[in-house]
Amino acid sequence: MKSSVSTREMRRLYRTMVTIRGFETLAGELFAAGKIPGFIHLSIGQEASAAGVCSALRQDDYIATTHRGHGHVIAKGGDLKKMIAELMGRKTGYCKGKGGSMHIADFSLGILGANGVVGGGFPIIIGAGLSIKLRRTDQVAVCFFGDGASNRGTFHEAMNMASIWKLPILFVCENNCYASTTPTTYACSVNNIATRAAGYNIPGVTVDGNDLLAVREAAGKAVDRARRGEGPTLLENKTYRRRGHFEGDPQKYRTQAEVAEWEKNDPLLRFASVLKKKKLLTGEMEKEIREQVDCELKEAVAFAEQSEWPNPEEALEDMFINP
Amino acid sequence: MTERMISCSAAICEALTEEMARDEAIFIIGEDLVAHGGIFGQFRGLPERFPGRLIDSPISEACIVGAGLGAALTGMRPLVDMHFADFVTCAMDEIVNQTAKIRYMFGGQVKVPLVIWAPDGAGLSAAAHHSQSLESWFVHAPGLKVVVPSEPADVKGLLKAAIRDDDPVIFFQHKKLFAREGPVPEGEHIVPLGKAAVKRLGGNVTILTYGSGFYMSMEAANELAGMGIEAEVIDLRTLKPLDFGTIADSIKKTNRAVVVHEACLSGGFGAEVSARINSELFDYLDAPVLRVAAKDVPMPFSPRLENFVLPKAEDVIKAVRAVTYR
Ligand SMILES: Cc1ncc(C[n+]2csc(CCOP(=O)(O)OP(=O)(O)O)c2C)c(N)n1
Ligand SMILES: [Mg+2]
Repeated sequence: MKSSVSTREMRRLYRTMVTIRGFETLAGELFAAGKIPGFIHLSIGQEASAAGVCSALRQDDYIATTHRGHGHVIAKGGDLKKMIAELMGRKTGYCKGKGGSMHIADFSLGILGANGVVGGGFPIIIGAGLSIKLRRTDQVAVCFFGDGASNRGTFHEAMNMASIWKLPILFVCENNCYASTTPTTYACSVNNIATRAAGYNIPGVTVDGNDLLAVREAAGKAVDRARRGEGPTLLENKTYRRRGHFEGDPQKYRTQAEVAEWEKNDPLLRFASVLKKKKLLTGEMEKEIREQVDCELKEAVAFAEQSEWPNPEEALEDMFINP
Repeated sequence: MTERMISCSAAICEALTEEMARDEAIFIIGEDLVAHGGIFGQFRGLPERFPGRLIDSPISEACIVGAGLGAALTGMRPLVDMHFADFVTCAMDEIVNQTAKIRYMFGGQVKVPLVIWAPDGAGLSAAAHHSQSLESWFVHAPGLKVVVPSEPADVKGLLKAAIRDDDPVIFFQHKKLFAREGPVPEGEHIVPLGKAAVKRLGGNVTILTYGSGFYMSMEAANELAGMGIEAEVIDLRTLKPLDFGTIADSIKKTNRAVVVHEACLSGGFGAEVSARINSELFDYLDAPVLRVAAKDVPMPFSPRLENFVLPKAEDVIKAVRAVTYR
């Protein structure tokens, strides 16, 4: 038993995953109903990575996330109301409607931002890591990214820099088997992206990304190492993107059978059954958690729907501090 | 040659089908080309028709453009797909320092028959990283030809011309115009680079535009006609080399000019056109040259904000009324 995680925390972790799943499902529905403009990328099936990694962090630790970042924001403590309001383009959203799904941030929670540019987070996380070092705190900075992003030059530059300066960084690759239409097996030179760490002389760890406790364990170790000043780690969570790349993706690049196969490997069901075996979760408790989460999400939607749209002129605000 | 109504997307496909059948040196490299015929379906049918000549790449923009350049230097005629024009930023060295300069820097030893195809533009609530119009950056990088078509016939004709050109061409196409239909000639239809088109005749004012600005300007011109103001609308089509002759002929007649583009105002292409008009046609002007452009902010996500930032036909009308004092 991975004893570093308390009973209470186990339940909280389960609840985090239920919240992410609920949020993503709801976002998909709102998008289909025409209530979310633009395009959205959902992380259904990848919840264990977000929940497991963020549970190893403190509130003052940093994360940089991606276009598929709702789960990371939730797991780091993001406010569901402000998230939904942002997705719906309202004034009360995290970014006052300026960002949308691909650009959510909460700097008060150390969330340095989602990113519309694949691989855009790597250089930023280097800066966060360097700043931690210069300020002599024991914070840690985490960069979430996809298998596809590991082919950007920024990934390789960042891995090297983090290594030579022993920065307190955890690189978390969510290998979900695809980058848009392109299979990871086609676009990546290695089977396990974590093996790329060897080229930069840092530890590389591959785990079953749908096993919450495995993710938590590996992330915990890497975070502790970084806090001790021993440098960065590359963690690869093997998982699967169950929805289209974006909502509305025709998905001609894979079969429904493949998706169905992965549905059986559901991170929520797996963790629920672990908890039940340990007698930490009953059917009754499960139902209660779901109801609570549903209620929170309903409140968030109501909040967003009752929120004002931004005034057009507000488009000109927030450019400079000293215009 | 017969004309049919086809979309901008179909025009891209037609141009590429004809050119790739004609010349085996042409190939396409970029992300997510094969499975869906490009992420906008802009290359639909090509992967089946030309197996092996659409090359799916990892997410590695620097090497995508670099690969295009290297192949162009060694006998191929590549078209690289930037996925979204916004990601040119990830390949700026390859575009600006390498592609644009290589022929000149090496004393004209080589040719660089490379097309960099980049879908750009806003209006889809795609927010700050997926909505930009960046053409003026490349006008400012000597060594690149810059093309921004609007109507499907120009898309086809200019793409064919760009592919046949022995110099590097960066080719911007507005995402929101992919579905826009128009009459397009079948078969051999070439629109030469560096030639503007007078698309509406008028004697009171010259509207200089390109890309999505063209449709905005035509809408404005039709309304202005109702007010008794006849606007001449010139679709520049190629920004570099610029067809200043066509611009000058029109302004000598109308004595007034408004430049319209979707890109933001400061440092936009309108500034360049306006400066040239001021220095070369000052004596013909009866009013200052005005510019209609997006406001100087990154593109916001929420539809209301985005709509406020983007220029509209009513802004063109306002500018025209100002220069015609009506
Ligand atoms: C620099 C850059 N290139 C291309 C894109 C377009 N794009 C958005 S997401 C994506 C796939 C990303 O794959 P991966 O990193 O594996 O993340 P996933 O979507 O699977 O979570 C692509 C190609 C982009 N946003 N930024
Ligand atoms: Mg992926």
